[in-house]
Amino acid sequence: MIEWGEEMDRVILHSDMNSFYAAVECLYNPEIREKPVAVGGNPEKRHGIILAKNEKAKKAGVKTGEALWQAMGKCPGLIIVPPNYERYLRYSKLSRQIYNRYSDQVEPYGLDESWVDCTNSVKIHGSGEEIARKISAEIKDELGVTVSIGVSWNKIFAKYGSDYKKPDAITVITRDNYRKIVWEQEAGDLLYVGRSTKKKLLKYGIYTIGQLAESNLDFLVHVFGKMGVVLWRFANGLDDSPVKSFDEHYNGNERLIKSIGNSITTPRDLTNLKDVKIIIYMLTESVAMRLRETGCYCQTVAIHVRNKELHSFTRQMKLQKPSDLTNEIARAAIDLFVRNYDFSSDIRSMGVRVTDLIPDSTPIQLDLFGNEELRVRQARLDDTVDGLKKRFGNLAVRRAVTIDDPMGCLDAKKDHVIYPISYF
Amino acid sequence: MAVKKFVPVIAKFEKDGKIIPMKILWEDGREFDIDFIFDIRPRSSLKVGGQGTRYLCRIKNKDVYVYYEKPKWFVEGKEH
Repeated sequence: MIEWGEEMDRVILHSDMNSFYAAVECLYNPEIREKPVAVGGNPEKRHGIILAKNEKAKKAGVKTGEALWQAMGKCPGLIIVPPNYERYLRYSKLSRQIYNRYSDQVEPYGLDESWVDCTNSVKIHGSGEEIARKISAEIKDELGVTVSIGVSWNKIFAKYGSDYKKPDAITVITRDNYRKIVWEQEAGDLLYVGRSTKKKLLKYGIYTIGQLAESNLDFLVHVFGKMGVVLWRFANGLDDSPVKSFDEHYNGNERLIKSIGNSITTPRDLTNLKDVKIIIYMLTESVAMRLRETGCYCQTVAIHVRNKELHSFTRQMKLQKPSDLTNEIARAAIDLFVRNYDFSSDIRSMGVRVTDLIPDSTPIQLDLFGNEELRVRQARLDDTVDGLKKRFGNLAVRRAVTIDDPMGCLDAKKDHVIYPISYF
Repeated sequence: MAVKKFVPVIAKFEKDGKIIPMKILWEDGREFDIDFIFDIRPRSSLKVGGQGTRYLCRIKNKDVYVYYEKPKWFVEGKEH
């Protein structure tokens, strides 16, 4: 019995749809269900990597992210199907509707994962584990795919639980068993311990999550800076970040938008500034239009460049004044590029991103010497073009610079995909 | 093996937004009246591959699943 003033542990579920893309494809194509299946990008567009694979393909050693030819080598009978993002978006939404039956606090983490805070619904629907069972059964019956669910008192261990046993499983991590389930595992399994953090930890003899949890906090801060505190809290189950409630009607998966960006691996390598300009304009068209749709100005523009040796870098710069004008953002991006790249190697992929967002109702200091009239006209032009694109498609109005080249037909906005946003 | 067979349906739109299928139009011109609906719920069809609102219908004394997978209707048909 919980007394007044005594704090009750939260009940948090993390649900992860197993091999999401592949599971949906297998559901819609019963004839391939019993075979090894992978969802892969289009090799002709040079997106030829494995995006997801089913259990059979996984057993044959197929890994997400590897090239299609590598996967075919490991698993000769592998069936590769193209992705169908609209279907995945629909499934993602349907799954959230199911979680919403148990709580209004549902926080998506990418398309196939969500945290659900059921603290306030255990009296109605039963314990965390019972709710997990109900959700698991409903997803299986209604959507025809399976989920792994982790149940715990914090988001980190809940997520860990959903990864612990797959597929179609429920793992409950309590204050009694977390030392056994979580602490004995490799530190690399913890959220936000990536390749390089893991390497660093190994260097100091920290192999398991338990060892990380029992490390001296000052030492971790010394090595990792403020991330040291975060990791230590994660490992000790002290994370108290809330599960944010998600507004279904608001712009896809993001709530508080921190940045907007698009990137693309181009159908052929970019060898000169003209090519790069085409791609930057194409990406900026999409980014700036999305920026305007969200009703924000950006203050910083960043570019991402990856060459054909797969080396990549990011550069960013502040704008003179907040802006949502396609032209200004594109010019800043081109400027950044010219100052930072010498074409020592051809470019394979590029990205444009805007951050430091402020609402577009924020007053902006005009300046005496700049051409404000031109900016107003540009803004009107952008609005008009947005209107035309909404009515007739994103390729209805195109920049002259993109017209001669088949790459000009790429539609970054339509092809836009949602990735997990940062945990913070 | 069963096949996903998309079919034209005549449906009634209720005041509250509920959609009730009334009649299925078969490709050879036959029309099948839906005499009764026992159950309506979201369901996936593992048999033919699909997901939508599943109606358990009584048609000519047989129980048949009819799916509304927006914006199309389908039944789990037999392969010819």
